[in-house]
Amino acid sequence: MTEVGAREANAVTDAAAVVAPGDAGARAAPPRRPGAGRGGRAGRGFAAWIWGLVGILTIALIWEGYKLLGPADGVVVGDLRIMPRTTDLAMPHVWQMLGRLFEPVTRADDALPLWAAVALAALTTLGIAAAGWLVGVVVGIGLALVMQRWRIAEWGLLPWIVLSQTVPLIAFAPIVKSWGSRVEIGAFEWQDWMSVALIASYLAFFPIAIGALKGLQSPDRIHTELMETYAAGYWQTLVKLRFPAAVPYLLPALRLGAANAVIGAVVAEVSTGLQGGIGRILIQFAGQASGDPAKAWGPIFGAIVLGLVAAGSVALLGVILSNYRRNEEHA
Amino acid sequence: MSAAVEITGVDKTFDTRSGAVQALTGIDLTVEAGEFVSLIGPSGCGKSTLMRLIADLDEPTAGTVEVFGKGARQARLDQEYGIAFQSAGLLPWRTVAANVALPLELHGVASAARSTRVAELLDMVGLSDFADRYPDQLSGGMQQRVAIARALAEQPRLLLMDEPFGALDEMTREKMQSDLVRISAETGAAVVFVTHSIPEAVFLSDRVVVMSPRPGRIQEIVPMRLGAEAARAARTEELREERAFFDMVTAVREALHQGSPVGTAPRGLENR
Repeated sequence: MTEVGAREANAVTDAAAVVAPGDAGARAAPPRRPGAGRGGRAGRGFAAWIWGLVGILTIALIWEGYKLLGPADGVVVGDLRIMPRTTDLAMPHVWQMLGRLFEPVTRADDALPLWAAVALAALTTLGIAAAGWLVGVVVGIGLALVMQRWRIAEWGLLPWIVLSQTVPLIAFAPIVKSWGSRVEIGAFEWQDWMSVALIASYLAFFPIAIGALKGLQSPDRIHTELMETYAAGYWQTLVKLRFPAAVPYLLPALRLGAANAVIGAVVAEVSTGLQGGIGRILIQFAGQASGDPAKAWGPIFGAIVLGLVAAGSVALLGVILSNYRRNEEHA
Repeated sequence: MSAAVEITGVDKTFDTRSGAVQALTGIDLTVEAGEFVSLIGPSGCGKSTLMRLIADLDEPTAGTVEVFGKGARQARLDQEYGIAFQSAGLLPWRTVAANVALPLELHGVASAARSTRVAELLDMVGLSDFADRYPDQLSGGMQQRVAIARALAEQPRLLLMDEPFGALDEMTREKMQSDLVRISAETGAAVVFVTHSIPEAVFLSDRVVVMSPRPGRIQEIVPMRLGAEAARAARTEELREERAFFDMVTAVREALHQGSPVGTAPRGLENR
């Protein structure tokens, strides 16, 4: 849980970084020639994959190195254990964790291999997170529109939006669930997964609202005045100028929102006890770790891949919208 | 037919933190239809402010601004003018053609008519081969030409230009001036042209309005007498070498110095 907490904190600081993605510096850069840099960009993409791989291998090496050289009882200073035990129970070998993925979940005859069970759970969570993300996008962009349109709304709303993120997620997950169980409108009945999606959206909307606001406010005065000379109304200016100009700010915000939605969904699954998602099996398999230490790592890997898939899907959106990102220096 | 611009008794005061600043005072100016008028003066003389009043980007504190016999606001809503700023202000995510098409798009011109008109305009500014490029792939001069094409998109009878060539190098600048002379002759539009450069004002204009600062006011209006070359279409590069051209440069410079002998140019002015 502390790990998730730390990532949450990271997401918040990253949201602050959304403020200036392309930056004015890009404008001063020499004009790019047509076609030039295509090869360079592909090369950079390739290098990024290589470095990603190097990073993973380094972590694996450090893990195995410490396991090999560290004391079996871990490093203890006074009463405080500052490094973990290196026993197979506390730190399974990397290959054990990976190998475990291809063995059945349980000893039952019809048991799926661990990776398949994890993948199914991850897909469930992904669906819930996606629903939460969509709600976050709608709410985030809606708030940004209101704040951009009316200065006074920005003054009134922005502090509350920032404050909303200081409420610990676990604190209100059960409350949301119990409220949800009382909602019943005609044929519509509140499902438990909706509570989880709602909590995911609560984390997702924040970076999106901040990023979209900065993006909508980003057009230069010369552009807004140009639209004024065209006698363009609010909606025309919004569609032709503000939204396109907001794309470089929105994309990182949407990506952060996606990562946050996944974190929110996993945490909410754990704290509301929703079945079927990856949050549930994280807890369940961790409970079996004393007998099967490598098994607990399956859902952890699954959660990581889940986050990458979510963020990667948004990156794909960035490729489609690349014409709106011409002033960005780093893709 | 009414004048392109009719400014009567205009004052403009800006409220700043350190009190009210008188930007313009007692401005009277008429720009006839088809006339090319330059506004020149040192920094802070309010020439850009005056242009913004004509464009209805600001409102005068007192007095009236009329464009083709209408109030400035109505003239803006009716798209009576085209405008170009010091920086081209192209939308980076649109191609050259799409940038030029923007005003047409906003005002609901049908797609076919739009592309015909855009092709015409790009031909006029000599950028037909660059229609599918993006602004970041163009030089500063080319970007400015796209901006001029965009300003001309709806065949306005008035063109407002706020130091459009200010950021260009000298060579490009002279080329652009010649192009502008040709284009304004072709379109027959009146032009209000804000500039820092005396030769630029002399080369382009029928009349040069010399302004002075603190508070901004019109010092003198110098009509350009450039002899047989006065017809706008006939203004060519040779004009820059003519005796009459230098006489007019001197006349404007002396007006800027309020008739006193010319020493160094006032701050913010270029003699080139």
